[in-house]
Amino acid sequence: MADTVRRRIALGVILALLAVLPAIATALGKPDLVTLGTQVAIYAIAAISLDLLIGVAGLSSFGHAAFFGLGGYTVGILAFHAAEGDLFLGLIPGVTEAAIVWPAAVGVAGVAALAIGALSLRTTGVSFIMITLAFAEMFFFLFVSLKTYGGDDGLGFRRRSALPFINPRDDVAFYYVCLALMAGFLLLCGRIVQSRFGRALHGIRQNERRMAAIGLATYPVKLAAFTLAGAGAGLAGALHANLLRFVSPDMLHWTMSGDFMIMVVLGGAGTLFGPVLGAAAMVCLQSWLAQWTEHWMIVMGPILVAVILFTRRGLWGLIGGGR
Amino acid sequence: MTLLLEQALNGLQLGVMLFLLAAGLTLVFGIMGLINLAHGSLYMIGAFAAAWVQGRTGSYVVGIVAGLAAAGAVGAAIEVTVLKRLYDRDHMDQVLATFGMILFFNEAMAMLFGRQPLMAAVPPFLSGAVEIIPGVPYPVYRLAIIVVGILVAGGLYFLIGHTRAGMLVRAGATNRTMVRALGVNIRLLTSAVFALGAMLAGLAGAMTGPLLSVQVGMGDRILITTFVVIVIGGIGSIRGALAGALLVGMVDTLARAFLPGLLKAVMAASNADAVGAGLASMAIFILMAVVLLVRPRGLFPAHG
Repeated sequence: MADTVRRRIALGVILALLAVLPAIATALGKPDLVTLGTQVAIYAIAAISLDLLIGVAGLSSFGHAAFFGLGGYTVGILAFHAAEGDLFLGLIPGVTEAAIVWPAAVGVAGVAALAIGALSLRTTGVSFIMITLAFAEMFFFLFVSLKTYGGDDGLGFRRRSALPFINPRDDVAFYYVCLALMAGFLLLCGRIVQSRFGRALHGIRQNERRMAAIGLATYPVKLAAFTLAGAGAGLAGALHANLLRFVSPDMLHWTMSGDFMIMVVLGGAGTLFGPVLGAAAMVCLQSWLAQWTEHWMIVMGPILVAVILFTRRGLWGLIGGGR
Repeated sequence: MTLLLEQALNGLQLGVMLFLLAAGLTLVFGIMGLINLAHGSLYMIGAFAAAWVQGRTGSYVVGIVAGLAAAGAVGAAIEVTVLKRLYDRDHMDQVLATFGMILFFNEAMAMLFGRQPLMAAVPPFLSGAVEIIPGVPYPVYRLAIIVVGILVAGGLYFLIGHTRAGMLVRAGATNRTMVRALGVNIRLLTSAVFALGAMLAGLAGAMTGPLLSVQVGMGDRILITTFVVIVIGGIGSIRGALAGALLVGMVDTLARAFLPGLLKAVMAASNADAVGAGLASMAIFILMAVVLLVRPRGLFPAHG
């Protein structure tokens, strides 16, 4: 019981800190903190969605960046066509309304996840890791080859998606939008994990053969989780594109998938809130190390190795004490 | 027709290269169940060491030896310090720890050699071209790579199929615990297999130098292609690695060479180039998807 209390307190403190972050940033005279916070919230959404696969269902997907990138490119490409005033594939007009673009990004990523998942879930274990990685790389090459949308150089656009009542140029307002979406997504995933479907996923992680033996068709359940996770990453990608007003194949690069995995494991897989901490730790560590040296990865790499070798339950496990 | 022959040989050469990488990865996975992303880094280290030493000494052979030695030494070092702690962990931990090692090695190479690609020269005794059939010249260097690859494949076949050590490797892949219970030092065996795999990766990297530019991150892309090879061939199977490598090498090379041209028959030339190049770089992944649909465990599943 003490553990749950500790966790509730920690959760409350962290969420309160996030809520007043813009005020802290103003007080410290460091407006960059708001951008950093926005990045944390966005990566957290992607990491939470990946945790559904890795932590809850035990599916180690190494291709999550594909859905992140697809969500981002949906925003980018629709904004590009809205600016040009022509049609995507000669059919779809460009849009900049967030109410249309963001659900579209979620949908595109979800459909892609359905297709990739349908193929990848035919395998398990290491093959699954390799295949999800390979399919993500395929989408990476697809966007590199799309010269209309910038190819290697990426695609910039002038305005963020239009939201009702909110000025999208206002960085603080955009931070709160991202934070609210993150909180909402966290709640949604929390409910999902508690549901019958979530219990089935837990069971599959523990012993898929037994789940099948008690009469559960595991493949559709896993596919539904994969699709849902992909859709979540698509939302994160759409927000990330809006944050930078720029999309590039880097969003789909395999190191991005690796970063998401690290956020999940660093924070604590299977805890849903852990990945939020993992995302915060990653973003802060990267920006902090990058201030010291251009070669920050030479420090980052060994830190990761050490974290994996010597910690078992992640940051959230550290805070929450024993299970 | 002559172009087709030339490209088929290029495909064979790429396939041989991929086999050198896939063999080490799949052997270690077979025995210890370890997935090692840093295998691509060993390839990169072999390439850098070979190109640098060749640049200093002017001798291609010394360069190759240096590449082999560097990859083997770094491979042994990471096995002893990090990887041996990962054998009993789940695949997620293995992926993430070796991912951290890739970041380290990429940055280390960037600090040592800079971001500018290194160039290695084709050695004089392997330069020039021969006519494979009258009227079709083909670079000697690429032919030499194919020959080396075939020799290595033959050597591995003999080593694994017809020696005592190879028998232990096969037994270890089938049932590690049982082999250990029979009094075999499986740790030593694994270290030996890992060092062999590392040297094969280093050999591939060292031979690549004169063909491609040697640069930071070169190992990452080929690592992912190697994964495609292993998935197609069947994970843990050396025969599968050979078949998958040749198939992937062929499909990739032929698609890049001929897809844009074929597409010009059905669409405007400017579009055909862009779409063709895009499709060609996706070709091996589509191949992988098709293989998975038909044979989810790959062409030559290792067990059963």
